[in-house]
Amino acid sequence: MGTYIPHTDDEVESMLAFLGLSSVADLFAVVPEALKLQRRLELADGVGEPDVLARMEGFADQNRARSDRLVCFAGGGAYDHEIPSVTRALAGRSEFVTSYTPYQPEVAQGVLQAVFEYQTMVARLAGLPVANASLYDGGSAAVEAVNLGVAASGRETVWVSAGIHPHWRQMLVTCAAGTGHRIETIPLVDGVTRWPDDDAHLDHPPGVLMVGYPNYLGCIEDLAEARAVCDRTGALLVVGADPVAAGLLKSPGAWGADVVVGEGQVFGTTLGFGGPYLGLFACDLGQVRRLPGRLVGETSDVDGRRSYVTTLRAREQDIRREKATSNVCTNQTLMAVTAAVQLGWLGTSGLVELARRCAQATRYARDALLALDRVAAFAHAPVLREFAVRLPIPAAVAVERMADAGFLAGIPLGEDFDDGEHGLLISVTERRTREEIDAYVTALDKAVAS
Amino acid sequence: MTEPAVSADGGAPGGKANSAPLLGRAAEPTLFELSHPGRRAWSFRTSGIPEVPIDQLVPEGHRREEPVPLAEVSERDLVAHFTRLSHRQFSVDLGAYPLGSCTMKYNPKVCDTVAGLPGLAGVHPGAPASLTQGWLALLVELEETLCEITGMAAATLQPAAGAAGELTGLLLMRAWHEARGSVRHKVIIPDSAHGTNPASVTLGGYEVITVPSDDRGCVDMEALATVLDEDVAGIMLTNPNTLGLFEEDIAAIATAVHEVGGLLYYDGANLNAILGVVRPGDMGFDIVHMNLHKTFATPHGGGGPGAGPVAVSERLVPFLPGPRAVRVESADQSPVYEWMTPPQSIGRMHTWHGNALVLARALAYIVANGGDGLRQIAETAVLNANWIRQRLTGTYDVPFDRPCMHEVVLSVRTIKQAHGVRALDVAKRLLEEGFHAPTVYFPLIVDEALMIEPTETESPQTLEALAQSLERIAHEANSHEEGWMAEFPHETPVRRVDEARAARTLVPTFDARG
Repeated sequence: MGTYIPHTDDEVESMLAFLGLSSVADLFAVVPEALKLQRRLELADGVGEPDVLARMEGFADQNRARSDRLVCFAGGGAYDHEIPSVTRALAGRSEFVTSYTPYQPEVAQGVLQAVFEYQTMVARLAGLPVANASLYDGGSAAVEAVNLGVAASGRETVWVSAGIHPHWRQMLVTCAAGTGHRIETIPLVDGVTRWPDDDAHLDHPPGVLMVGYPNYLGCIEDLAEARAVCDRTGALLVVGADPVAAGLLKSPGAWGADVVVGEGQVFGTTLGFGGPYLGLFACDLGQVRRLPGRLVGETSDVDGRRSYVTTLRAREQDIRREKATSNVCTNQTLMAVTAAVQLGWLGTSGLVELARRCAQATRYARDALLALDRVAAFAHAPVLREFAVRLPIPAAVAVERMADAGFLAGIPLGEDFDDGEHGLLISVTERRTREEIDAYVTALDKAVAS
Repeated sequence: MTEPAVSADGGAPGGKANSAPLLGRAAEPTLFELSHPGRRAWSFRTSGIPEVPIDQLVPEGHRREEPVPLAEVSERDLVAHFTRLSHRQFSVDLGAYPLGSCTMKYNPKVCDTVAGLPGLAGVHPGAPASLTQGWLALLVELEETLCEITGMAAATLQPAAGAAGELTGLLLMRAWHEARGSVRHKVIIPDSAHGTNPASVTLGGYEVITVPSDDRGCVDMEALATVLDEDVAGIMLTNPNTLGLFEEDIAAIATAVHEVGGLLYYDGANLNAILGVVRPGDMGFDIVHMNLHKTFATPHGGGGPGAGPVAVSERLVPFLPGPRAVRVESADQSPVYEWMTPPQSIGRMHTWHGNALVLARALAYIVANGGDGLRQIAETAVLNANWIRQRLTGTYDVPFDRPCMHEVVLSVRTIKQAHGVRALDVAKRLLEEGFHAPTVYFPLIVDEALMIEPTETESPQTLEALAQSLERIAHEANSHEEGWMAEFPHETPVRRVDEARAARTLVPTFDARG
């Protein structure tokens, strides 16, 4: 029963009478009778809150891979980072949660200013002057970056490093069916991208290069080389950056990236089975009129007070329609606000400390695993906070066995990588302790023994 | 009828906010201005892992020389800052939000609890199906529920928002035609369509063909006939349309489009109007996207996240994005869930499985309301909109004087001609009455449009208070000098903002301030 509808039967009667109608069915007189559903929806009747919660907890109970039951060593674009009480409390405030897109800035300064602060933080992380108000997730940000890069370069060929998240690459190919972009995958050699070194006679020189920093295997790519390829071919450089690694690594902007995209889940958003997450997008000022999605800018009100408003609106779909730079309307604002809170909590020193702790735990775990006879490195390029190993058994089997030992062991590399069946991607965040890592190493050694 | 009781000061239960819900109107400094070197809020778990110097962790040449400058604040300062910001923000929890086309209904709190369950929120998306059976079961149940509601065969839950759903639908349309060896170039949309429709059509690789509305606010059937040919891949329609009117000729439109081999796409922005009453599948649609953040009450988060599942008819199922959660029977007859990628899948539309926690909220909402409750939602939403339409007829222009569905489009045209007051002025004035403004200047085909969608969760008392405010504003327009209304709002956190300056002198970050 619709418990969220306030109307009493008397009130409904009274309102119908005001309209000169005798029943609620009359409200739908304009709907042709032949089209109407001549039965009730085949759904159970509504239930009260305790029953709703029991039902949904039933689903939750069937998930073994929950971070409070299996110790999480899985990453691959979704990470088990600390989410402090303060982030949950502030990002959960209903003023942020239950508002719409800030179409009326006079009563939306809270969201607008929080997004302005978020944009500032993302731009600083990227080392670029502009960041948008968010996109759906890392993969959708990659798609938008390609669309921007093709429009800016006037060339439809896109060179995507095989070190870009396999799911992002699938999305690029999927969306290219509509845009006609030519997506070419550039292979990895021992964990890092091997760009073509002779591109003088290419039929289709690239308009965009996309590379991870670090990449999906956790390896640190040579962005100077990627930049040099771009300078040689006239392509734009799009870097898919891990924003946590930015705590220790040079910013992509400092390497000459034209566009930086990334997955912002790491800043205060729960694993949540993959969503809602946060697509990070930053670019150079020269591209700002091609920027996808919303952008908040500072201005003043009629009394001269500092104010914020969504700006450069003429790019967007509701105004430019079929000529818009993107179709994005709803984005992931609440996750952007969450990231602003989380980055406020981390602050300058906390981001460095976070990255350092991840890198240190990763080093500790990797050294211990590679000391095992049955575990080898999957690639030898330097890593920071994530790495892949080669196991003597299929990685998917190892993951199943490790679950029985109390661990989510990692992500099998699978068919997206050469010999990926035996490859396991392992991430060690700042939340992992020495005891957990030691127990993990022992368990994995046992799991791969037979 | 006897008017619902509204208190002397015009208050109403639930739906009306104080116009200035703030502690003062002082600007809030940015977090960067509150920063003090050396202050901190962070703390991490004691790990016991031996320390390694940073220069041994980061390869030569890659190490950042200076930390990324972020704000340095205490936890107390952080809380104060974002709490003050929240006090500068209107929200559904604060008052009525009759923003047309956005379905800003109340978001039940039980769904917040669901989204926070550790067994849902704490699950890594890369974990195998064997360890995430609960999530797969949830997704399958939601998919089946949405298919029953829309009258479709199967659905993808990947699209993160309505626009992503639109692009998904257009790529499905393209794949279906291509599989039949048919190359088509055009997609038809009405002139009343949401802006995302034409933008998505372009990204789908199609050319937009616009058809006008007739004098009743529906698709002009004669104009449609002139643009329909075998180069048309399909048509995108919202029904009820963005004027809040039901497309009565929908069956004839479906027949005409299908006759030339095209597909019908249903933009589900207005699905709230027809839940349990009439289904897109029964109207002849082949592809349907839903906005779970509208119809199924998942909170909009200040602009997102949403969720835009796409349901399709039987013939399009093989093309759905993958992987898709499916139920299979195990040896002992108990259901087992697996990931399956359809044979002719268009590919992937989300990094993982869609906005999963939004999907869980939506299922919880549907479970709470049930099949009976969903129909009551549509009935009450339509009742509320028609009550507002009837109540304000004569006060504002009603461009299409016929029963509406879940929203009504009014116009300020007559008032503007007489007194120079625009729809924008009415919207800004209403903010000070303690209500969010309606959608203005949309649909584009109505002059000085005010698009009001009360939703089913606003009480008759709130509707009365809203109507009284809008009447008061119309009266003020008639009784004050031209320009008086353009000064509003006065009491909101900021007054009218200089949008032209924001675009002219772009300040997109704190660092860009002059």
